[in-house]
Amino acid sequence: MTETAPLFDAAMIETIWLTLKLAVISTAVLLLVGTPLAWWLSRAGGLWKEIVATLVALPIVLPPTVLGFYLLIAMGPASPLTALLGRKLSFTFEGLVVGSVIYSLPFVVNPIRNAFEAMGSRPMEVAATLRASPLDAFFTVALPLALPGIFTGAILGFAHTVGEFGVVLMIGGGIPGQTKVLSVQIFDYVETLQCPTR
Amino acid sequence: MTLSVTLGHSFGGFTLDVAFEAPPGVTVLFGRSGCGKTTVVNAVAGLLRPQRGRIMLDDQRLLDTNARVAVPPHRRRIGYVFQDARLFPHMTVRQNLSYGRWFARRGNGPDIGHIVDLLGIGPLLTRRPGLLSGGERQRVAIGRAILSNPRLLLMDEPLAALDEGRKAEILPYLERLRDGLGLPILYVSHSVAEVARLATTVILLDGGRVRAAGPAACVLSDPQAAPLFGLREAGAILTARVTAREADGLVRLDCQAGTLWLPDAPAAPGNSVRLRVLAQDVMLALTRPEEISALNVLAGTVQEVIPGAGHDALVRLRVGDDALLARITARSAGALALAPGRPVFAVLKSVAVAPESMGA
Repeated sequence: MTETAPLFDAAMIETIWLTLKLAVISTAVLLLVGTPLAWWLSRAGGLWKEIVATLVALPIVLPPTVLGFYLLIAMGPASPLTALLGRKLSFTFEGLVVGSVIYSLPFVVNPIRNAFEAMGSRPMEVAATLRASPLDAFFTVALPLALPGIFTGAILGFAHTVGEFGVVLMIGGGIPGQTKVLSVQIFDYVETLQCPTR
Repeated sequence: MTLSVTLGHSFGGFTLDVAFEAPPGVTVLFGRSGCGKTTVVNAVAGLLRPQRGRIMLDDQRLLDTNARVAVPPHRRRIGYVFQDARLFPHMTVRQNLSYGRWFARRGNGPDIGHIVDLLGIGPLLTRRPGLLSGGERQRVAIGRAILSNPRLLLMDEPLAALDEGRKAEILPYLERLRDGLGLPILYVSHSVAEVARLATTVILLDGGRVRAAGPAACVLSDPQAAPLFGLREAGAILTARVTAREADGLVRLDCQAGTLWLPDAPAAPGNSVRLRVLAQDVMLALTRPEEISALNVLAGTVQEVIPGAGHDALVRLRVGDDALLARITARSAGALALAPGRPVFAVLKSVAVAPESMGA
């Protein structure tokens, strides 16, 4: 049996910091993207709504490694996205943020969408009769009323980002300080038998 | 401020096709449940886009489907009091009241302290809507709508969800609004008592159409409209002035038709009140009844006799410049040979009284 390394060495602290940074940034992006998306899904109708709702739900049914593989190709050197941005996103922290946001989107959008749907159209109508524009009414009435759903979405998005493994490993590999997050570190420890598993 | 409405809208096998004008004062849209009242009010507020229609508030066009004009609800400056108050649950009473006022910041709105006093909601300001009674919630909702400084106030059965006690608590506030603020109100109701007490103008809706429209006293005493109000509720409105409180406690009122004595009146001598006389509380006699316990006897002439569906008949009388309705049996109508022009005496068995504004 090899000698066990101290658990909280500098590399581990760097990994924990990176994981928290990824989760906080991803959650913030998820709320900024997910809240308007959830609002639109709760109000819109027709074919477009169904298509978008299905796309948002896709990460729930796709295996993480498969989703990660698609994202790796989309962010790789030969993809149109890379040509557009002028640099590749695969194996970068920014790539991890994009991957986490896509992977966790349904877990954030669905609770918020449910909160908006439970609220119904009445509070917005009342606000309109009190001379609030749709944007004013959204911020003063819809958002506060949906706050419990937004809170649930934020917690789910955060926890889901911290806990993901397949997508992160596919897109980011495990570059220390850049893309090596806790789940990948745990996998490394177990694989190299650095932790007491027996 | 006059509202003029022309609307056509079909939904779920029901067709609404109405045109009416609401002059200043309280205009009551009266009709049974499902006759399209709320649809009309929602279209005026802009919450519902009718298939065809034109809505004008004075010379401003709020909706014109021909010209593809539809002012969005938040730019219409029309307040709306819903049947179920719909206060914002995440705000205190004070925040609810300030909400519309905040968006109405341009222009001089009503004073918040004045409205709070008028509606008697001072002690509630720091509370959350969830802790208020139904009557309190409705008063806050009324205050909130008024404080958004609207040009027109819509009220969709604001008392329907309340019990009789709460209704009696709110009606005086509504009368004060009508008389004190000069704000035109479009009021939806299916209660004849509310119509009789509040209405300046009545629009009678039935099956999606306007059946009668005009000043409250005319529509309420229109025998043709009586079946829509319900025969037990049919009756006339008289305006009278309280002239004296007499030694035995009775109050003397003078109206155009003559003098009445009532056990009580909600106003001091010199003020005017609105009297509601139900058709079934009026007896008719050909000669002035003598040695009778009833105090209130008015002389008039028969204008119209309308046979009812059963054994009854409705008689419309002219007493001075006012109209009275009497519901009697068809046999009596025949026995007294009642016909237009015949002088009769009306014996009033019961009179309901409500305060009336001096200006209305």
